[in-house]
Amino acid sequence: MSTESTEPLATTAAANRRSVRRLLAVVVGMFGFGFLMVPFYDVICDITGLNGKTRNSVADAAPVRVDASRTVTVEFVASVNADAPWEFRPDVVRLDVHPGQFYQTHFYARNLQDRPLVAQAIPSVAPGLAATYFQKIECFCFNRQAFAAGEGREMPVTFRLDPALPADTRTVTLSYTLFRAEGQGG
Amino acid sequence: MSATTAHDTHHDDHAAPRGLMRWLTTTNHKDIGTLYLLFSLTMFFVGGSFALVIRAELFQPGLQIVNPHFFNQMTTMHALVMIFGAVMPAFVGLANWLIPMMVGAPDMALPRMNNWSFWIMPFAFTLLLSTLFMDGGGPAGGWTLYPPLSLQTGAAFPFVILSIHMMGVSSVMGAINVIATILNMRAPGMTLMRMPLFVWTWLITAYLLIAVMPVLAGAVTMLLTDKYFGTSFFNAAGGGDPVMFQHIFWFFGHPEVYIMILPAFGIVSQIIPTFARKPLFGYASMVYATASIAFLSFIVWAHHMFTVGMPLAGELFFMYATMLIAVPTGVKVFNWVATMWRGSMTFETPMLFAIAFVVLFTIGGFSGLMLAIAPADFQYQDTYFVVAHFHYVLVPGAIFSIMAAAYYWLPKWTGHRYDEKLGRLHFWCSAIGVNVLFFPQHFLGLAGMPRRIPDYALQFTEFNMISSVGAFMFGFSQLIFLYVVIKCIRGGEPAGDRVWEGAHGLEWTLSSPPPHHSFQTPPEIKEAEAHS
Amino acid sequence: MSASRRVAGACGRAALAGSLLWGTVAQAAFELNMTPGATAVSRDVYHLHMTIFWICVAIGVVVFGVMFWSIYHHRKSRGAVPAQFHESTAIEIAWTVVPVMILVGMAIPATRTLVAMEDTSNPDLTVKITGYQWKWRYEYLQDGVSFYSNLKTSAQQMHGEAPKGEHYLLEVDKPLVLPVGKKVRLLTTAADVIHSWWVPALAIKKDAIPGFINEVWTRIDTPGTYRGQCAELCGKDHGFMPIVIVALNDADYAKWLADTKASLAAEADSANRTWDRAELMKKGAEVYQTCAACHQANGEGLPGVFPPLVKGKPFSGSEEMLKPLRERGLLAADNTIAAVSVEQQAAVILKGIPGTAMAAFGPQLGDVEVAALLTYIRNSWGNDLGDVVQPAAIKALR
Repeated sequence: MSTESTEPLATTAAANRRSVRRLLAVVVGMFGFGFLMVPFYDVICDITGLNGKTRNSVADAAPVRVDASRTVTVEFVASVNADAPWEFRPDVVRLDVHPGQFYQTHFYARNLQDRPLVAQAIPSVAPGLAATYFQKIECFCFNRQAFAAGEGREMPVTFRLDPALPADTRTVTLSYTLFRAEGQGG
Repeated sequence: MSATTAHDTHHDDHAAPRGLMRWLTTTNHKDIGTLYLLFSLTMFFVGGSFALVIRAELFQPGLQIVNPHFFNQMTTMHALVMIFGAVMPAFVGLANWLIPMMVGAPDMALPRMNNWSFWIMPFAFTLLLSTLFMDGGGPAGGWTLYPPLSLQTGAAFPFVILSIHMMGVSSVMGAINVIATILNMRAPGMTLMRMPLFVWTWLITAYLLIAVMPVLAGAVTMLLTDKYFGTSFFNAAGGGDPVMFQHIFWFFGHPEVYIMILPAFGIVSQIIPTFARKPLFGYASMVYATASIAFLSFIVWAHHMFTVGMPLAGELFFMYATMLIAVPTGVKVFNWVATMWRGSMTFETPMLFAIAFVVLFTIGGFSGLMLAIAPADFQYQDTYFVVAHFHYVLVPGAIFSIMAAAYYWLPKWTGHRYDEKLGRLHFWCSAIGVNVLFFPQHFLGLAGMPRRIPDYALQFTEFNMISSVGAFMFGFSQLIFLYVVIKCIRGGEPAGDRVWEGAHGLEWTLSSPPPHHSFQTPPEIKEAEAHS
Repeated sequence: MSASRRVAGACGRAALAGSLLWGTVAQAAFELNMTPGATAVSRDVYHLHMTIFWICVAIGVVVFGVMFWSIYHHRKSRGAVPAQFHESTAIEIAWTVVPVMILVGMAIPATRTLVAMEDTSNPDLTVKITGYQWKWRYEYLQDGVSFYSNLKTSAQQMHGEAPKGEHYLLEVDKPLVLPVGKKVRLLTTAADVIHSWWVPALAIKKDAIPGFINEVWTRIDTPGTYRGQCAELCGKDHGFMPIVIVALNDADYAKWLADTKASLAAEADSANRTWDRAELMKKGAEVYQTCAACHQANGEGLPGVFPPLVKGKPFSGSEEMLKPLRERGLLAADNTIAAVSVEQQAAVILKGIPGTAMAAFGPQLGDVEVAALLTYIRNSWGNDLGDVVQPAAIKALR
């Protein structure tokens, strides 16, 4: 190889190394971005109610004006995931509520297994956009619930609907699905 | 004469190993391109045989040949093998062979990495295919790997994930190599806007690969930790959301669709001008259209999941964005037609495949536009209408473009002309077969047949029979292709340097077959030679 | 050459076979298009679909027309001399702008239909739909009625051992019954993996996602039977969980509701009497259809996936699959199926095996059904345990 062509060759090699470094940085960045989508998705859902999930923590209980002129029907739905046998149902199926006012209702759950089980209730609201207006100050879904073999009990949920709930929403469904809490052996 | 020169040069550079070691250790872009193409052809037949199992079972209602669990493994494996094993490696193989020759470079920028990126593939696919023999069988939850279903996979699961990681690493290395070659190795005068369209489309494809393959890697890693390490990214019980997987997956998945079609656009944009004997119409708008499609591919992903229950505003956004893709895609089709307009056309096999591509890809584009309309998509989603749609863009789309490319450049690669008569026979059998196979699937989907089912209600019988007949016709026609390729490699009429009368571009200035190092001294590109 | 002729011959034979086949099936009803359906929304969707279809056809005719005209006239064999033009700003702008306008024209009706579909306010009735591997469950929330809906087609029909019925694979034991003319709100969720509830005549397809609830609505115009299927791959029997809706007018609906409530109560009653062996075996064979999806009609399961139910049969699989079986005494040390007590076996059916595909069937099956099932399993395919399990015994085990 002649000396003339060595020089551009060396600069090409340097340029290639630079390209590889930059592109690898993009690759690493995009791999990270994949994971970043997780918290990002949660934030979007939290703000918009994209997936109908209510906030799993105590809402701010500061009093708001009760809108007695308006009635919204809240339906309660209970589901059981196939991963463990439970009896699970709401005490009342539907409740007419005034936005702004607190209400308490109960769900009943019983462990059908002959060994202790820990349950985690996962809330979901339909329509999804109503989720952000669903404020809970007490809920059995905030924590895992431990049950002895065959034990059954009533579990409370205290909530109100934010009066800012869009006027065209007249029915809101609050659903809980009972899952076996993570990290328990078969 | 040039062949001898190439041989000599070869020996100058390194003591070339022979036999198997030559192929294991090669860093030559042409050898690696050949390996990729042969690997892809093998996987095409493997994936095709899976498809024939599916179509044989669906020939008539009832459970005849395979059980439903194995049927689901076949649909899953067919997709994984065809996407990651057949289509993508074929395009990488073409990139390896052609990009250095087209930009006037001696070889790819990173030859050693090139070797690694190929040799990962056989291991990845051996691993993937071996899962079929494991306890509980191979993956059966669809190539989209939606949790929680995919988490029910048996012993195969970690191996599937590992093989996807390996494919991802290979693709990313290939993409880095392509970008480095195009950015750093162009001959003097080969400005970006003078590059052949195949190079342009591959440059954009390579950026897409780098942007989304790591996202797929992240998503499948999360699946793995969800199954084995107690995380709950996608497990509702632990505060996760299975729908989030779909968002992440399709953030990869939609650009992936374009990864499989942009290089095809490039190939067709090389072939049509050659056989129309007329320069490509709207070169610049082709480049901008490709870039627009690539950009749009990042903001349309949720059209794959209109039925998961998104808020109205989300559905509207993704519907509008998806419809927009029709604009740059239309521009491309119009450009190809305008290129043919008032040309002087001949219809050798590559041109036949290219024309079939334009027509049939456009039909796939129309059904794609229909699928973009969210309210109608509720009826189309997860039916055979979707199956027909994506097979129209992938088989007579991507695969036909690969066939066209193979016929177009085979004489350049081997130095021999292929058997034109057999080539045309292969084309007609394929073109008829593919339509008999996929066109009735539109009707099946509209009439209400869901996809991924091993057995169906009686009203779907007739079109399924027709479709299965088409499948076997198309499948066995590919043996003609295999024969033509083998025959062409082994001998034939000398091709000459400029194989086609209307061919322009640097690769045609080289000998056929080209020397070991494509351009030892960089060629000088002048305005007049550009855009051919 | 000879090879090419041989291949040509093969292709020709295939084409001939195809045309013969076409001849034989030509009389059959070729269903070509989407159904206009039975609701205002489904008709809107159908018209939208047809509008866009015809727009695509029109564009296709123009583009392909120009292309084929060119292919015919501008060919070298006809002496065409190539022009050298390769761009035209005016025409390129035109074919960018015109499609945009066509798209806007499509987007307007599409948006209108979508907005109407998403308006779930003011329902007359709410039904919760839960997807299971592989069946649906319907719960009428206001009326306290709930039941599972299973595929009714027999395994014999699938395996060609019996003629296939008219509604092969699209028939269920208990259909979803809805009143016509009422706005019905449907809530979808799932208990295991993602399913998708699809009825073409209603233009409804909604994913059922474990832990989440989705809503959609419909108002059926005319009484009738409407059939659909699960549309999201949900495992082995994804193709075998159909949906059947029977739409009734108000009076018939009210009667159905009352009858259903009464029969649910009667079912609870029958658990208190003593059943004889023949009755239990007959009922057990019916109930076993649900189990046969995995454990197969002959009780032998699928190697490595679903264990056999026949004592002494070998079963191997991953350790995570075998461990819970051993813990429950279902698998002997030599990896063969062990004979277990009625209580042990009942516990598996009622409570399932958490972490595996074996779901808890306690909520789905009544005492009579479980008793019959156990009697059937314990006295079939070479199991000769001879038990006759009474519903009362199951009641005590719950």
